[in-house]
Amino acid sequence: MADTLIRQGGATRFTQAVASLGANTGNGTRLAELTPPGQINLRGRPSDPRFVRTVGAVLGCVLPLNANTVTSAAEVTVLWLGPDEWLLVTPAGEETALIARLREALGDIHAAVTDVTGNRTRLRLSGPGARETLMKGCSLDLHPRGFRPGQCAQTLLARGGIILHQIDDAPTYDIYPRRSFSEYTWMWLSDAVAEYQR
Amino acid sequence: MLTINCPWCGPRDETEFGFGGEAHRTRPADPSALSDAEWAEFLFMRTNPKGLHRERWVHSHGCRRWFNVERHTVTNEITRVYQMGSASEAAETAPAAEQAPATAAIEKQGSRS
Amino acid sequence: MTKAEFRTPTGGRIDRGRPVNFTFNGKALQGYAGDTLASALLANGIHLVGRSFKYHRPRGILSAGSEEPNALIQLERGNRTEPNLRATQIEIYEGLVASSQNAWPNVETDVGSINNVLSKIFVAGFYYKTFMHPQSFWMKVYEPVIRRAAGLGKAPVEPDPDFYDKMHIHCDVLVAGSGPAGLMAALAAAKTGARVVIADEQNEFGGSLLASRETIDGKPAADWVRDTVEELKRFPEVRLLPRTTVTGYYDHNYLIMAERRTDHLPRGLAPKVSRQRLWKVRASQVVLATGAHERPLVFADNDRPGVMLADAARTYANRFGTLPGKRAVVLTNNDSAYQAALDLADAGVAIAAIVDLRTQLGGPLAAQAKQRGIRILTNSAVTATYGAKRVTGVDVMTINGSGESVIGAPTKIDCDLVLMSGGWNPAVHLFSQSTGKLRYDDALACFVPNVSMQAERSAGACKATFTLAGCLAEGAAAGAEAAKAAGHGEGEVPALPSVERTEPQQPIRPLWVVPSTDLVGHGKAKHFVDFQNDVSAADVLLASREGYQSVEHLKRYTTTGMGTDQGKTSNVNALAILAKSLASPIPQVGTTTFRPPYTPTTYGVLAGRDVGELADPARHTPMHSWHVAHNALFEDVGQWKRPWYFPQGSEDLHAAVRRECRAVRSSVGVLDASTLGKIDIQGPDAAQFLNRVYTNAFLKLEIGKCRYGVMCKEDGMVMDDGVTTRLGPNHFLMTTTTGNAAKVLDWLEDYLQTEWPDLRVFLTSVTEHYATASIAGPKAREVVAELAPDLDMSAEAFPYMSYREAVVAGVPARIFRISFTGELSYEINVPAYNGLYVWEQIMRVGAKHGITPYGTETMHVLRAEKGYIIVGQETDATVTPQDLGMGWVVSKQKPDFIGKRSFSREDTSRSDRKQLVGLLTEDPNEVLPEGAQLTATADGHPPIPMIGHVTSSYYSETLGRSIALALVKDGFQRMDQHIFAPLGGKTVKCAVTKPVFYDPEGVRLHG
Ligand SMILES: [Zn+2]
Repeated sequence: MADTLIRQGGATRFTQAVASLGANTGNGTRLAELTPPGQINLRGRPSDPRFVRTVGAVLGCVLPLNANTVTSAAEVTVLWLGPDEWLLVTPAGEETALIARLREALGDIHAAVTDVTGNRTRLRLSGPGARETLMKGCSLDLHPRGFRPGQCAQTLLARGGIILHQIDDAPTYDIYPRRSFSEYTWMWLSDAVAEYQR
Repeated sequence: MLTINCPWCGPRDETEFGFGGEAHRTRPADPSALSDAEWAEFLFMRTNPKGLHRERWVHSHGCRRWFNVERHTVTNEITRVYQMGSASEAAETAPAAEQAPATAAIEKQGSRS
Repeated sequence: MTKAEFRTPTGGRIDRGRPVNFTFNGKALQGYAGDTLASALLANGIHLVGRSFKYHRPRGILSAGSEEPNALIQLERGNRTEPNLRATQIEIYEGLVASSQNAWPNVETDVGSINNVLSKIFVAGFYYKTFMHPQSFWMKVYEPVIRRAAGLGKAPVEPDPDFYDKMHIHCDVLVAGSGPAGLMAALAAAKTGARVVIADEQNEFGGSLLASRETIDGKPAADWVRDTVEELKRFPEVRLLPRTTVTGYYDHNYLIMAERRTDHLPRGLAPKVSRQRLWKVRASQVVLATGAHERPLVFADNDRPGVMLADAARTYANRFGTLPGKRAVVLTNNDSAYQAALDLADAGVAIAAIVDLRTQLGGPLAAQAKQRGIRILTNSAVTATYGAKRVTGVDVMTINGSGESVIGAPTKIDCDLVLMSGGWNPAVHLFSQSTGKLRYDDALACFVPNVSMQAERSAGACKATFTLAGCLAEGAAAGAEAAKAAGHGEGEVPALPSVERTEPQQPIRPLWVVPSTDLVGHGKAKHFVDFQNDVSAADVLLASREGYQSVEHLKRYTTTGMGTDQGKTSNVNALAILAKSLASPIPQVGTTTFRPPYTPTTYGVLAGRDVGELADPARHTPMHSWHVAHNALFEDVGQWKRPWYFPQGSEDLHAAVRRECRAVRSSVGVLDASTLGKIDIQGPDAAQFLNRVYTNAFLKLEIGKCRYGVMCKEDGMVMDDGVTTRLGPNHFLMTTTTGNAAKVLDWLEDYLQTEWPDLRVFLTSVTEHYATASIAGPKAREVVAELAPDLDMSAEAFPYMSYREAVVAGVPARIFRISFTGELSYEINVPAYNGLYVWEQIMRVGAKHGITPYGTETMHVLRAEKGYIIVGQETDATVTPQDLGMGWVVSKQKPDFIGKRSFSREDTSRSDRKQLVGLLTEDPNEVLPEGAQLTATADGHPPIPMIGHVTSSYYSETLGRSIALALVKDGFQRMDQHIFAPLGGKTVKCAVTKPVFYDPEGVRLHG
């Protein structure tokens, strides 16, 4: 039964969670909530080669060890959150199997694999005005010289914490607010983006 | 508003951080061996310099790591940023603020001293 | 309707093809696009624009910029009205409505001007001296009268229909100011590829060049500006921000700028665009090119409308094609006014005389003036001015040898304009805000930047470089150096444009008070220093005589420099007069502190979008929409919105809570407990870690069992509490209070990262991963059993303080059998994205038992009946577990844990500390107010010692009477005694009891 349940987004008061934003055509800047993806919090010691190797083998991509960077494989995107912490993003529902595979592979290696799928929702902001929309509330240097596709950051957007992930040069950003902040973040973004929408 | 160079994430606005008071105050290994006066000294007494001050900050809205900052209390100039446990003297020569975030250095964690 | 007599026939930067209609004080007027309100008024022959703050003297336009002290305007009406705007900065637009301030009934006939007649009582410090006694008069009489009389503009009373926003920006080089130095700095930096932001408070770039008749590269300066701006626009990394005032310079090269995005347009035209924007700039390097302000001269009755700064008049003529008068007398102590005189003469103003305080003439400008037949009176002073609402003439006399007095007979000269120049003050405001140190330059008689404290450099007039060539060169060098320091280029300075050679200026003669026939303060004349606050030289001297010898004291005593202009035209004159009276050198007296903002800034732009529902995030649980749909009223717990109670029909709080309490005690209720903090703890040392941070033991907690724990800080005071469950050998789930969730996680990480890095433990917040429904009451088991048919719910299989995993309503769940109500209770945790669904299933299944959703108020009552504490309500960081009667939660065996050592400190181990007790009022219907103070005796003479206070107080439906918890000094020893709550009109007698009022044996809990 659980498999058939709709996973509820965080800003459904304003919009139904959608599976994908679709191609961003035209000059408008768009904001949407995506279906909450599977999310796994991974902790472990990067200095432990067994940990890094094991995780890499299970994920099919190297664990990003450089600050604020993202790696990805077919079914998982790995966001650096801290020197010993990562967020693994999977298609909705795939997280359970990946958790099991990781836990089994890690065995007695000191690590923590935690299902945090419910912790955050995912909003997508894309288009020519996306960067300036974020600049209204984010003190990071988002200029292409400072923040590029493939980078991520945990930071503040206005008065709420977010994980920010730049996807492409459109630019497209994935914004992960904590679930309880989803409506606030949505309201804030839809207000900020208005001048860039047609 | 300060810019604080998180040793892990790089420069961020002060709003992302929490302040943790004076650095290099190690919790006594055996508090029961201390006199009331000694324990009170640990609990309550802090330096309050006009000048360089070593203090603890936590990147609350970022990587959640605690680290040390050396800040001038008059000018607010930050002269050094260094990880927990890295010896305070080791950083004298090269301000940690100029080092790239060094992931491997996590193992350098140690006590507050 | 511009009067042609006050416009030049051609020239200026106004668009004569675009007339603009506006009204001033109800009168329909016309100007041109490109006019400021000030230039448009002058073009209509209007100088009288306001009344002074204290004496209500008629005042005219003094300047042409943001330093304006007099021409303060109330702009627009109704919800868009805005006070204290400077006419010199307002760009006119079609339909603009402006009026004067500080005048009643109007600026022409102002009854407040009687103050001028009474001016002897309005001397320095008059607020302090006049309105001292009797004290009771202050609030009722003096203050309202002063406020009405002294009011600057009127704040709007209706909500602001416009919106404001903010923008963060990072750059390599921020250039403040777009005059010759600023433009060259931006250009030099831009050529290196650096990210450059250049901001200027005016509507177009160019600064002083917009009013200059000089040439650059062989073309008019304004054309060079236009070409340079076009060149800058071609650099992709350059952002040009006109109408943007750099208003604050803070630590670490953090600056804020206020941009006026739509103020130059008719109101309400651009709904999607913010009216103003606050830029928060983090600049690697800053170039300050903020120019300079001309100083007024302090001479007798120097405040009549028509008395104007010389360079401002030049600006009106050259830039705005506006003639501020027809016949001018120029009073100066330096060369720059000669340029103004020449330009105005060319524009059609008769120059009646140049009155020069200096004894000798020299230099090309004076020669030119002479050549043109302008009458020049050296070593002379203007000793009087004539005219009421407009100057009509002046007296000129010869200065004596000491420069302190005048000799001979006055010569009267008719004029409708007096232009003055007392030298120039570099605009060092931002430099000083950056904590840079100033130096007084004796030769130039001004303060200049000396020691930089941040990554900034000054260029041009703001560091007292007043030649065009000098400004261009300094700007270029500063821009190149700044770019290099930011990592761009090698410091190469671009080729400098060619300019006409300028001769060195003749020295200034700083006579800080221009001598007149009477000593300052003795005749009828006033020598104004601060025009806006009506501070005269006599006030400064009086303050000095009365002992106010520090410039900061002088400022506060006389209010000089405390107006909306912050003394841009007055501060240096005031401190120089003070220095002279103290016979101290000016550097020794020093300046007052320059503070942000540089010019007044709207509250709107400071608030930005942090208004209304965006003012603070409202955190919602996954079930929030259900609560809203079921009439919940909400309580703020931190940023969370928690259901407070669910009224039905016409129920008030008390009726609803009584019903909700009855339901839980008699059948079943359900609470949304999703907001509790939840921390997942994993690692081989997890148990050891918990053993150190909780006061009680955790090493031997069995897998599948829950334990209540209390955390203290090192000082032994309770910090947080909650239930922690062992999920596996190396795996725990900790819960924290709602309000402390983030704080506890930071605090635990602190210990792990700094004190005990050897412990192998990882902490992960899962607060928001789970939605939590707490099902409580005698029927709770039946509800859960139906939802989780595969789970053995018997008391033996699933006892109190244990945990099971199960599928609940088809969703994988964690069920904790823990209770905060004293009833049989289960907390069901499911992933948040299924939280609403599971909640709806609980309601569906529970319906047959009358399941009742309850809120935080009922939760508080139920837990108080059981004597369960709430951290932050029963505790306040001065309360130990022992004080709460919870010594049982403090391990005697563990050698160490956080806080243990402090329990044996003398103060902490006292037996007569404030301790938690229950209180029962004599009248069972009397509900004490929370926070009520408690005394040991019912009567006595004040002060009666206070022995404690009420921490929680409710009407208990279960017990049919009121109950309260209180922290009372020596409370444990007062059991069964009576204490008292004096509540103003009455004193309530209370019996001290144990804090557990209901089911002390816990029978229901374990059922
Ligand atoms: Zn960090």
